[in-house]
Amino acid sequence: MRTVTVFALLAAALVVSAAAAVLVGAVAIAPADVLAALFGAEGTNGTIIRELRLPRVLGAALVGGALAAAGALLQGLLRNPLADPFVTGTSAGASLGAVLAVAAGLEPMLVPLAAFAGAMAAIALVWRLARLGGRTTVLTVLLAGVVLTSFAGALVTFVLVSSDRLALRLRAVLGWLQGGVSVIDWSELAVAAAVVAIGVIGAILLAPRIDAYAFGEETAAALGVDLDRTTAAVLATTALLTGAAVAIAGLVGFVGLVIPHAVRFLLGATHRRLIVASIPAGAIALVLADLGARTALAPAELPVGVITGLVGAPFFLLLLVRSRRVIV
Amino acid sequence: MSSVVARAIRAGYRERQVLRGVDLVAQPGELVALIGPNGAGKSTLLRVLGGLLRPSSGSVTIDGTDVTTLDRRSVARHVAVVPQVFETLFPFTVREIVALGRTSRLGPFGTLGADDARAVARALDDIGATDLADRRIDRVSGGERQRAVLAMALAQEAGVLLLDEPTAHLDPAHQRATLDRVATLARARGLAVVAVLHDLNLAAAFASRVVLLADGAVVREGEPGLVITAELVGRVFGPGLRVVAHDGRPFVVPEPAVTVERRARAG
Repeated sequence: MRTVTVFALLAAALVVSAAAAVLVGAVAIAPADVLAALFGAEGTNGTIIRELRLPRVLGAALVGGALAAAGALLQGLLRNPLADPFVTGTSAGASLGAVLAVAAGLEPMLVPLAAFAGAMAAIALVWRLARLGGRTTVLTVLLAGVVLTSFAGALVTFVLVSSDRLALRLRAVLGWLQGGVSVIDWSELAVAAAVVAIGVIGAILLAPRIDAYAFGEETAAALGVDLDRTTAAVLATTALLTGAAVAIAGLVGFVGLVIPHAVRFLLGATHRRLIVASIPAGAIALVLADLGARTALAPAELPVGVITGLVGAPFFLLLLVRSRRVIV
Repeated sequence: MSSVVARAIRAGYRERQVLRGVDLVAQPGELVALIGPNGAGKSTLLRVLGGLLRPSSGSVTIDGTDVTTLDRRSVARHVAVVPQVFETLFPFTVREIVALGRTSRLGPFGTLGADDARAVARALDDIGATDLADRRIDRVSGGERQRAVLAMALAQEAGVLLLDEPTAHLDPAHQRATLDRVATLARARGLAVVAVLHDLNLAAAFASRVVLLADGAVVREGEPGLVITAELVGRVFGPGLRVVAHDGRPFVVPEPAVTVERRARAG
């Protein structure tokens, strides 16, 4: 009953926040005109709504949902609420992949795939490093993530400064490093959505096996989980979701950290339910954060990562204090 | 009705050889206690029996199948391992924890069926935890958490049950209750149970057979009275442990050094 109520509320909140985000923007457009524009009215309003606001709201929803699902996967694998794509360096790897793809002049459609490759390389490297001591500890994952994030960030800055491609400069301004939802065209959104869809299906299928990690890897193995295969599948799925998200929005921190934690508080720990509910919850959070980013200092625009960072970083510290005794 | 037979097990980690040719048999209905000093190889042997560590040589046969050749999922249908109770940070309910025992029987889409729900309900009933089912695992007492993970292993419906120090961190009453429950279930269901026990008195009270390991080899095995003797305990564990007979069972009494000296002087 509680589950049904929470899902109904999430669905309603997603519709309301998406509607609000389409209705409100730097240019004031009357609700009736927004509606007309959605259904095909020509002119400036039509362009603003159909080519700018709507893809951006959908993009924000996609990014938020993907990051929240990725966070739930990583937290489950490490059985610790302190993990997410951002703090493990996965997002940084994805951004490096995406920036290299744009710098190399690849089609926008290929950017999410390049970001996936970068995310996969990053998470595989972090996992390797964290496993050197024999067992995976959250502390080493986080440390490796910090190092990888600053290394990838340095490379991204280097590429951005040295490249003279207009597209790259434009997106850099929109805040690849700070996080900012920017959807160049519908085809890019479609590719990212397809990647996220595959990731979500993977996450839902893997969820019951992630539950078995509740008491650690050894117990998961004793319960019948093939550790190598499952870990690889979970990391690849995380990389898919992160790659698609970063291709659209750059480095948006903490959504993947805060959202699964909040949902777990409401619905309990079972990962299938957690992941399915984290997707709309993450979508709502980022649609609202992006709305805030667009309107707080209008007509100037804040990178959305500023908003998620302002909310998420204190939350991370709070979790760190509360779970101190278990992370090392 | 299951039995486990380990033959000539040699196993270890990287350069360190831990087990040097160990034999062990657990028959249906039997609770076999593995005892021995720290570092003797008890936990390593348990990991080998559970298929979690591949032996460098030797075989582990359960109901006629060599489990060292099976994949994880198949092994988990034959052997259940009761882990030492660790904390989980996540708010799983006790029922959800018990349901983890069904992981090796998940359907293609990771779903559990009616059989699984029955097995979970039965396991909860077996350990008298039905009323705990909807409580959060991170909010129950240590003894209750121990019962939950025991139920998780029972829900696996494997014929062989392995326990690694199941009574660590429990008070004496819960230690007794846990082992009594396990021994009773073993007899009732024909489970072959192997438990690593540090407490020699618990081993003497509840095990049908005791296997004493030292330096990766079996020193002696048999009924508790034949293994937990003054001579062997002194030789393997060291001085200060006096073995007396109590109620037909060996009983180990730790003694301070001054008492040992006084006894020695008295002759």
